[in-house]
Amino acid sequence: MENLIQSLTERVKQAASNNTPLAIHGGNSKSFYGGAIRGDALDLRAYTGIIDYEPKELVLTVRAGTPLQEIETALEAAGQMLPFEPPYYADTATIGGTVATGLSGPRRPYTGAVRDFVLGTRIINGKGEDLSFGGRVIKNVAGYDVSRLMTGAMGTLGVLLDISFKVLPKPTDEITLRFEMDEATAIQRFNEWAGKPLPISATSWHQGVAMVRLSGAAAGVKAAREKLGGEAVADAQAFWRDLRDHRAPFFEDAEPLRRLSVPSTTSPLSLDLPQWIEWGGALRWVKGAADVKVLREKIASVGGHATLFRHGDKSVGVFHPLAPVLAKIHVNLKAAFDPDNILNPGRMDNFS
Amino acid sequence: MNAGLLADFSRITPALNVITDHERLRPFETDAFISHRAVPMCAILPEDETQVAAILASCSARGVPVVTRGAGTGISGGAIPSEDGVLLVLTRMNHIGKVDHQARTATVGPGVRNLAVSDAAAAHNLFYAPDPSSQLICSIGGNVAENSGGVHCLKYGLTTHNVLQVRLVLSGGESMTLGSRALDAAGYDLMAVVTGSEGMLGLVTEVVVKLTPVPEHVETLLAAFPSVTDAANAVGRIIGAGVVPAALEMMDKMVIEACEKFMSAGFPLDAEALLLIELDGVREEVADQLVRVEQVLNDCHAQEIRRAKSDAEREKLWKARKGAFAALATIRPDYYTIDGTIPRRCLPDVLARYTQLAEEYRMLVANVFHAGDGNLHPCIFYDATVPGEMERSEELGGKMLEICVEVGGTITGEHGVGVEKLRQMCVQFREAELATFHAIKAAFDPAGILNPGKGVPSLKRCAEWGGMHVREGKMPRADIPRF
Ligand SMILES: Cc1cc2nc3c(=O)[nH]c(=O)nc-3n(C[C@H](O)[C@H](O)[C@H](O)COP(=O)(O)OP(=O)(O)OC[C@H]3O[C@@H](n4cnc5c(N)ncnc54)[C@H](O)[C@@H]3O)c2cc1C
Repeated sequence: MENLIQSLTERVKQAASNNTPLAIHGGNSKSFYGGAIRGDALDLRAYTGIIDYEPKELVLTVRAGTPLQEIETALEAAGQMLPFEPPYYADTATIGGTVATGLSGPRRPYTGAVRDFVLGTRIINGKGEDLSFGGRVIKNVAGYDVSRLMTGAMGTLGVLLDISFKVLPKPTDEITLRFEMDEATAIQRFNEWAGKPLPISATSWHQGVAMVRLSGAAAGVKAAREKLGGEAVADAQAFWRDLRDHRAPFFEDAEPLRRLSVPSTTSPLSLDLPQWIEWGGALRWVKGAADVKVLREKIASVGGHATLFRHGDKSVGVFHPLAPVLAKIHVNLKAAFDPDNILNPGRMDNFS
Repeated sequence: MNAGLLADFSRITPALNVITDHERLRPFETDAFISHRAVPMCAILPEDETQVAAILASCSARGVPVVTRGAGTGISGGAIPSEDGVLLVLTRMNHIGKVDHQARTATVGPGVRNLAVSDAAAAHNLFYAPDPSSQLICSIGGNVAENSGGVHCLKYGLTTHNVLQVRLVLSGGESMTLGSRALDAAGYDLMAVVTGSEGMLGLVTEVVVKLTPVPEHVETLLAAFPSVTDAANAVGRIIGAGVVPAALEMMDKMVIEACEKFMSAGFPLDAEALLLIELDGVREEVADQLVRVEQVLNDCHAQEIRRAKSDAEREKLWKARKGAFAALATIRPDYYTIDGTIPRRCLPDVLARYTQLAEEYRMLVANVFHAGDGNLHPCIFYDATVPGEMERSEELGGKMLEICVEVGGTITGEHGVGVEKLRQMCVQFREAELATFHAIKAAFDPAGILNPGKGVPSLKRCAEWGGMHVREGKMPRADIPRF
């Protein structure tokens, strides 16, 4: 593997000296996401395998090209999980792409996002330097938190090599409750419930139906179920998996799909577009044609940001534009890590 | 004092609270890392972000260094002033804004005390989870700057997991909002970079924190062990049993004895090590965990297990734990504490190596620490009046931190680098990594005026270090619990 790292750093150095962009990829399960891809492919799939996993430690270290499935299988065998419930979008998903895109699944509001569980990274920066930040320990304040900065940076600051995560025990019991209620009520209930000590692990609202997942020890789940009411759902696992991976019919047509990340208490957006709500109200998926400028203004006015997630016209920008002062810091950071602008250029398209 | 600068300040507002009188500056000459001190050119206590921005703009135009200070409880020297610079003291920016119980957030000024946030949220049965032992007095701005932890961060996370949004003012005076009240924000995760940046990237002028529901039920256990190794094994086994305790703390015999002598905590004196374990959550869930934890403790040869039967008993146990460092000050006149973190599985081995090293150096070392996080706080005792002892203790501390790095850990889990661990930064990071840190700083603070010389050693200078020195048994802030 050290030979492989050697050759990867050589590729980056060469790309930097010839000024030829590199398009970093794993299983291409999330290649639809983010700004347009350009450059020579830099395939990380050969850089694969679990480096270190000791369940007692709650820490896992893996190579970026490792299939997500392989990781989740290993964790499952020890009764543990990646607490951010990573979306796959395709079976080929690798852990590197998961961290680079920074996307989390239904459990996110209740246990945390990818970035919350990343403890350390080894990366190659745009100069071809092999660097390590953070570590394999839960508490670490030596130096700036570069590992979390890498999370969600779309590979524009470095090629991810090794990543360490904090993992958690997997709850032994799970139940999903179904409620019929309108959007405004669902948003209100989700927020009320989140303010109580209840073992909620996911929430969803779509077309007049709210779903709430409870996870924990059997007795705790049972007690919470009695408090909440609703009707138990059979085969709920498939429901949450389909929502996580956008396999529900709502997500399957070719309409532009937008990801609206807003404060959870934001009242119904009334956009007149088909909508699916997750994350206790903090994530609202909408699809169909929209005036991007108006939409962005509206979302910004409630304190959120809008992303064109899939399909649609990327030329107007995928990510929400940044305020000029913020954009300046982004440009500076990009120049610090990748002075020749060769790593996934344009993949994060809201600055420069 | 720089006359041009003073004129600038008076133009900002005549009411600006600028201190230039040497005697009134003395209280600001150090933080809780008392072995270094410096009196700044002046100290200013701004009232709001507009004043902060204007002060920074004139300092950067004139190339004057600026150090920010919250409550001054930092123990790595982060808030020690520059002699030729301005010290911005943010204690007056202590306004608690909206506590939004629906959204479970609170908007607070950087000078607000950590505990005041939980107090403000208590009426809604919510609290702010990160609980450094200094929480009575340390400021939220300081917590963000240090990414502070607490005894409950094993389950609830560090500051970085509990802060949603900050207002940041850069050295040039530009203000911005980082993060958001949503669960993520567009662009790079700058919140992550700023949290734990020790005042070197910008000034935090407002913080939106996440509030957590107060758990329905809490259980606190004290377990006594015949050996440190048994206790250390139990730590791993508890977590291996699928339980993530709210807190999991360990103390060795020397600490047990000191606590007993100092506070009569009722700790079993025949034990070699104690674990303090807290479980919280839904009542039924806690009951289930309690059974599993007791099983593990028995399997690991616990000689005694005590369960707090009331809130008063629980408080007594925590008071003893949080008072441990004050108790240790009764053993020998001087000690300092280090703050390395290691992978939990290395606990038995590293503790054994520490004991061996302590013997080699013929020095006393006591251990009381966040075992669940693998965050060690060995206390090395010395007598500053014996020539060479302090130097030897510093050398020993350095070796202990190097062991942390060797087993895959870090030189600081929660206290920060400041001026204290600059040298160990060179052990943990290679040149290109340190250069990356300098480049990140330049991306935020191109003028290089914020907290110069701290946090990241210059590439040529990797030679300075110290410790949390306790002289003559007089420790900084002896009135509040330690770590
Ligand atoms: C008895 C005792 C117990 C402690 N226990 C713990 C513990 O359990 N866990 C733990 O993590 N720490 C602990 N600490 C360390 C300390 O309390 C924390 O680091 C705390 O967060 C510092 O807050 P402060 O307001 O005192 O910051 P200060 O000491 O004033 O400043 C600390 C650093 O933050 C910077 N800073 C302060 N405010 C701002 C701002 N608004 N914007 C930008 N930069 C800023 C300063 O420049 C400095 O670099 C303890 C300290 C003592 C003395």
